[in-house]
Amino acid sequence: MLMALFADIHANRPAFSACLAQAQTHGAEHNILLGDYVGYGADAEWAVTTVMDLVEKGATAVRGNHDNAVSDRSETMNPEAQVAIEWTRGVLATAERGFLAALPLVQNDGDRLYVHADVSKPQSWRYVMSAEDAARSMVATSAAVTFCGHVHRPMLYTMSATGKVTSFTPVTGSPIQLLPGRRWLAVLGAVGQPRDGNPAAAYAIFDTDRRELTFCRAPYDVEAAAAAIRSKGLPPWLADRLLVGR
Amino acid sequence: MVKPKLAAGTVIDGFKLEECLHRGGMATLWSVSSATIATPLLMKVPKLSEGEDPAAIVSFEMEQMIMPRLSGVRVPTFFAAGDFAVQPYIVMERIAGTTLLPRLRELPLPYDEVADLGLRVARALDELHRQHVIHLDVKPSNIMLRPTGEAVLLDFGLSHHDQLPDLMQEEFRVPFGTAPYIAPEQLLGVRNDPRSDLFATGALLYFFSTGRRPFGERESMAGMRKRLWRDPVPPRRLRGDYPPWLQEIVLRCLEIEPAWRYPTAAQLAFELSHRDQVKLTARSERVERDPFTTVLRRRFNKDFTKSIRRPSVAAQISAGPIVAVAIDLAEGPAELNDALRDTTGRILATLPSARLACLNILKLGRLTIDTTLDERGHNKRIDRLVSLRQWCEPLRLGEERSSVHVLEAVDPASAILEFANANHVDHIVIGARQNSLLRNFLGGVSAKVAAEAPCTVTVVRSVRAPTQAPIEASPAIG
Repeated sequence: MLMALFADIHANRPAFSACLAQAQTHGAEHNILLGDYVGYGADAEWAVTTVMDLVEKGATAVRGNHDNAVSDRSETMNPEAQVAIEWTRGVLATAERGFLAALPLVQNDGDRLYVHADVSKPQSWRYVMSAEDAARSMVATSAAVTFCGHVHRPMLYTMSATGKVTSFTPVTGSPIQLLPGRRWLAVLGAVGQPRDGNPAAAYAIFDTDRRELTFCRAPYDVEAAAAAIRSKGLPPWLADRLLVGR
Repeated sequence: MVKPKLAAGTVIDGFKLEECLHRGGMATLWSVSSATIATPLLMKVPKLSEGEDPAAIVSFEMEQMIMPRLSGVRVPTFFAAGDFAVQPYIVMERIAGTTLLPRLRELPLPYDEVADLGLRVARALDELHRQHVIHLDVKPSNIMLRPTGEAVLLDFGLSHHDQLPDLMQEEFRVPFGTAPYIAPEQLLGVRNDPRSDLFATGALLYFFSTGRRPFGERESMAGMRKRLWRDPVPPRRLRGDYPPWLQEIVLRCLEIEPAWRYPTAAQLAFELSHRDQVKLTARSERVERDPFTTVLRRRFNKDFTKSIRRPSVAAQISAGPIVAVAIDLAEGPAELNDALRDTTGRILATLPSARLACLNILKLGRLTIDTTLDERGHNKRIDRLVSLRQWCEPLRLGEERSSVHVLEAVDPASAILEFANANHVDHIVIGARQNSLLRNFLGGVSAKVAAEAPCTVTVVRSVRAPTQAPIEASPAIG
């Protein structure tokens, strides 16, 4: 089965639409949503209702820190993210806020695990940014393959039977077989706010039969997403950064 | 988990073990048969018992990841891989014959045979590098020759794939590779430079042509590290009749600094297949090793030991393309030949590692018996070569980056295509004749080349033709 995985959608409608459409042309049959559906972007309500719709149709979803911050006011964020979340709270209806708050932090699926950030302490939203971070996360679960987001830059980590961790910056469109017998941690790039210098929306396709993971990019109308952010009076940097993918 | 002991007759995932062909330190090789595959098959099973080096497991994992992604006649065809949780294995095509290892008894081999072998290996490496893989363990026991002549590279357990996680990078305790062939930069942990394979090829050519390993057989780290500053004894010192062109090629492959070697395996293959055009530098004449002062400078040169960030394998290969330009000296108008030179110059301007092959076709008549001498007794071939050199001279490439070739052929387009295929040419530049009655009659050479070439083709016209009035459609002709 082909599954499509999406992380850090961040209320970016053109980006998420482009990813969903491209994943469909690849033949994806199942969707995995790795959190942070809102925050930063201008299409919060659309993003949440779309995710609700996908979950109703069988998609698997976990909660991200921005989703959590909608209801949990103790969540601390940088000033721009804070402004965006305050705006989001004023946009989402009760049912939508309730949906986000009720999402699990972690979901298990056979030998796979889905989480927004580091597995060892999901509610702390720690970034997986290095081989050490990845090792801490991988030893915290018995799952062979972990998928997460939160970092906004795609990365693949693997741990051998002897505990050595290899880091790898994936090449777009080049499938990688996640060999059994070792642990894997895939950090997905962001759908709605890529930060690896490539403005195209990032997501991934996983072939469960062949155990092949492909990191994908979908170009989208970045100008439209940026214009929407400006029109809502959100911090201009949130619009500008989309254009450069930073 | 207790694994069943493998024996003849055991069936694993539909593959029946027939005969144990080899028991090595890292793996066992079995000939196997399958009801669904007619090709002779080989199964490689890693040794995974307690106390085995974990690097052996990782190396096998790496090979399992790389092999399914390789294609072409210069690697063994991959058929299946077994799960590590049950019984790890790789099933691949069994190639008839032996590796180059038994040939060590016959060393030194004749020079032309060594060069021919080098050419086959360089072509195989070129194909491998273009598939984003650096072998990193080129040596006689990892090379076989097919009955059809192509060299086949074996064993990708130490290889680096640019689009896959490099599992071996983290297993780094001592650098992996084989002592006599390992490149200096590999000793420093560099695993992403395709020119490391050219160094190993140079070591192999040196060994096969002199009977001596260029850096001895010391396997200690200290022994191997010497090649970071000490150059090998020039082959001419060992064999007085050593051809200068071969010494030039071998010593250039063995340069300590990767940037001083050939930029790509394709360019090494090109040199080996045009021995008469190898530029003979001071390398070709040497009979002594570098002076002590040079060695001392290298010994304490910290620049080299600094790891340089390298672009991707694909980017490194594409920076050193082979460009072929076809020039019609006899009939081509001067403006077209100038335009060809301008275009070629622009292509080469951004590619300092590119090399240029200037081609001219000496057309043979289909029915007449040709003589190589013209009416006035001049050798046509030599005249053409001189003219090609003259055409090429303003590009200021020097002999090292350019060569001239007169191809004798009945059909010029086929000759150009054949040259491009044989020499792994990346880009053909060719002129289009305009309004020629001959072209209308025979079909354009450039059109055929553009349609059938294995690579990019640029068709050059000397001036933009003025816009013509559209021809009125006439129902009578319709």
